[in-house]
Amino acid sequence: MNAADTAWMLIATALVLLMTPALGFFYGGLVRAKNALNTMMMSFAALGCVAMAWALAGYSLAFAPGSGWIGNLSHLFLHGVDLNPLGTIPHVLFMAYQGTFAIITAALISGAIVERMQFRAYLLFLTLWSLLVYAPIAHWVWGGGWLAKLGALDFAGGTVVHVNAGVAAVVAAVVLGPRKDYARQATLPHNVPFTLLGAGLLWFGWFGFNAGSALGANTTAALAFVNTMLAPAATLLAWTLLDLQRGGKATAVGGATAIVVGLVAVTPAAGYISPLSAILLGLIAALPSYFGVLWRPRTRLDDSLDVLAAHGVGGTIGAILTGVFAQKLWSGAANGLLFGEPRQVLVQIVAVASAAAYSAFATLVILKAIGLFMPLRVTDRTGEGLGLDVSQHGEEAYGTGEGAILVLPELVPPPTAAAPAPAGERA
Amino acid sequence: MKLVVAVVRPEKLGEVLEALFRHEVRGLTITRVQGHGGETERVETYRGTTVKMELSEKVRLEIGVSDHFVEPTVRAILKAAHTGDVGDGKIFVLPVERVYRIRTGERDEAAVTPVG
Repeated sequence: MNAADTAWMLIATALVLLMTPALGFFYGGLVRAKNALNTMMMSFAALGCVAMAWALAGYSLAFAPGSGWIGNLSHLFLHGVDLNPLGTIPHVLFMAYQGTFAIITAALISGAIVERMQFRAYLLFLTLWSLLVYAPIAHWVWGGGWLAKLGALDFAGGTVVHVNAGVAAVVAAVVLGPRKDYARQATLPHNVPFTLLGAGLLWFGWFGFNAGSALGANTTAALAFVNTMLAPAATLLAWTLLDLQRGGKATAVGGATAIVVGLVAVTPAAGYISPLSAILLGLIAALPSYFGVLWRPRTRLDDSLDVLAAHGVGGTIGAILTGVFAQKLWSGAANGLLFGEPRQVLVQIVAVASAAAYSAFATLVILKAIGLFMPLRVTDRTGEGLGLDVSQHGEEAYGTGEGAILVLPELVPPPTAAAPAPAGERA
Repeated sequence: MKLVVAVVRPEKLGEVLEALFRHEVRGLTITRVQGHGGETERVETYRGTTVKMELSEKVRLEIGVSDHFVEPTVRAILKAAHTGDVGDGKIFVLPVERVYRIRTGERDEAAVTPVG
């Protein structure tokens, strides 16, 4: 056990947890005002149901010893997850740190299905997805599974988190279908400052995500930390220049997107590449995502907030470039293509392709299964038209309070089938 | 000349504007308003406070048109703003005494005829 490592990992865990509310702000600003609460709640809800699923079962499936495909149930209900050291930090802390990854990964998917999904179906989806998709893929790469044995490099989750979530997002968008207004009416961001706030907080939290993945207060953490600063900076600059060159104006939504793309791309590479390589990686990563974001609205694929372009594409580029730029001199781990190991690129591609294939298949099965028991979508008029804040949550993000009449307890309208009667009325 | 005042659902505004522009109705003003027209109340809850929302968000359009434009304007709004549920809104057609275009000082028919 090492006190410095433990201290750093306590902070890193809190930083990564903050990324999920940050994602809520990032996504929440990009939707219309009538769906702001629902979109933010899609992120916040993951803090509840995914954290529970992780502690009770997901952690065991991901990190308990088992086969190459999935962990066994030896840590079910946190059995054996105690204060004894795992590496140099307490085992419980490792479990909590990895739990914050499961939460944000599941929440990322929500960007593709905003403004139309039934909230109760979404909660069930999140929970099942974190157990059946996230946990196995985490096991493949980090839990001693087959991709770890193959030598795939994924420092903080380019494949496990971002490719995985990006592909699941596309499948979810296809299964649910486009919003009724998609490509018919402008669906513009209602609060771009929220999106910038979210991007800033995501960057801050990402220092815990990447530098924390060193699992200690050491030189690898310092390298990952610096790369987490430099790569998104390069992406932001490249994106801004592309904006200026193409449209003559540097957009704020573009800037916020660029930060996330740069962060995603450097995630698998953070602790494996030199700072100069990180800058190059950040610059290169801007291009495919930039044009992906331009291309998507011309299609019928309503990946509403571009989870594919930001996380799927950014994660894929980052994972492959990790195989190009990895440098043993800096990380002590492995060399990539540029340093005499061309095979590493192939290993990276195998990792991305297999994670993407499994994620797509399993996400499809989960959504179709949930669809058998409950509607996945809200209705057109009273759901999408009125907005999901009112129809799913019974609240408004920007209510004026005008016309609101206080309902005194004895005047509460008779309960509908969905709501149980208050205790007083049952007697 | 007439002043057409329409109150419609905010989520229908896009379709209404599209329909109006298709019928070459180009001069209009919109305002976000709240009103009550017999819709079922929405119940909202904030912690322990439950409220009935008696007012719904609506959009009011004001369109000054010459007489032969009244029918197409009204028909376009009737079609585009319709859902069939209570709360679709109203259209009022009012007589107008005089209209001036501020830029040129033109009045009446000339003032409500779009340029070009």
